[in-house]
Amino acid sequence: MTRPPAPRDFDHPDVVLVPHGPMLLRGAESVQDVDGTVHPVERPVVALCRCDKSSRLPWCDGTHKVIPR
Amino acid sequence: MRLPKPRGPLSEWLVARLAGTGVAGAAPTSDSWADSWDDECISLWTLHELSFRGFEDADDRAEWDPGLLGVRHDLETALEARLRERWARTDPAPVAPEDVPAALETVVAEDDGPSLADHVRRHADRDQVLELLRQRSVYHLKESDPSAFVVPRLPVRAKAALMALQFDEYGDGDPNRLHSHLFARGLEAVGLRAEYGAYVDDAMPENLEMNNAGSLLGLHRRLRGAAMGHLAAFEMTSSLPSRKMVQGLERLELDGPMSAYYDEHVEADAIHEHLASRDICGTLAEDEPDQADEILFGAFTCLDVEARFASALLASWGAR
Repeated sequence: MTRPPAPRDFDHPDVVLVPHGPMLLRGAESVQDVDGTVHPVERPVVALCRCDKSSRLPWCDGTHKVIPR
Repeated sequence: MRLPKPRGPLSEWLVARLAGTGVAGAAPTSDSWADSWDDECISLWTLHELSFRGFEDADDRAEWDPGLLGVRHDLETALEARLRERWARTDPAPVAPEDVPAALETVVAEDDGPSLADHVRRHADRDQVLELLRQRSVYHLKESDPSAFVVPRLPVRAKAALMALQFDEYGDGDPNRLHSHLFARGLEAVGLRAEYGAYVDDAMPENLEMNNAGSLLGLHRRLRGAAMGHLAAFEMTSSLPSRKMVQGLERLELDGPMSAYYDEHVEADAIHEHLASRDICGTLAEDEPDQADEILFGAFTCLDVEARFASALLASWGAR
């Protein structure tokens, strides 16, 4: 019988760029938008808009999915 | 919650047995309930509910009663066979574990089911929206609970990601932000009953089957991949429709706590869809390659049962 693999550390980046999607940000306490307004963060992970078409900037609202690539 | 109203011979037997009233005798054989889908759906829904919050007029020990587990097994076998047959009819190609997130996007993109949110945004009248909210309450008042059963059944990375998602669903530690609680506040604000299970007796069989499918996948370790695929498809098709629900509720002056519930889902599910498709389903498929096709089966099932529910409800309104 083969020995099971030893426990290892996993990649767990604080910032993840989703292909054709938002930027996922972990562990932030606040985010400043392009107008300078600071938004408090109340979740362990947030999704920041990268297509600039979201109806609730700076957060992603899924709008990128209906924009032709 | 009290036991639901029976809808046929099987649920009559089941409710009498759970309530301990009269002589319930042996369970009706499958010949007697196979022709009544409504009876079948409410019976399985009732048996599953014993594993969630239970009924004030049923003995809590019924959850593990061998006689009832046998009936549950027969009903679950019939339901799973039906769901798998619908999936097989799409002639699915096997998917490589590393392709699971992309394959989930394809399944979602190919979904051509009717959209209740589109109808609510532009056309629905107030009574139709209230009817939709009563139907939705069957699930939204136990939102995310079926997926919570899957946590101990997952490998390390998928488990951590599911907990991140569930933590957000359960309000990030704040009871006031728990999603099912937000929905209850919304129901109250639009003049509907907010207590758990309030509208089960009004639930259409398509709605019960949709709920039963989610509970079936969540309650069986064997079906953990399908449960997570179901979750991913749910989250991937929530953000944009939730925004349409907000617009429809505002159009009908039903804004306030109910539109706040949907508003929360615009933002939350734009995050959750990535956690679910990449960090949960993607890593699960890498760690347990035999789950890759199961994940896609679950995703298809989520969209399929929603499409059937949406078609039935729109048809009842003469809207499609």
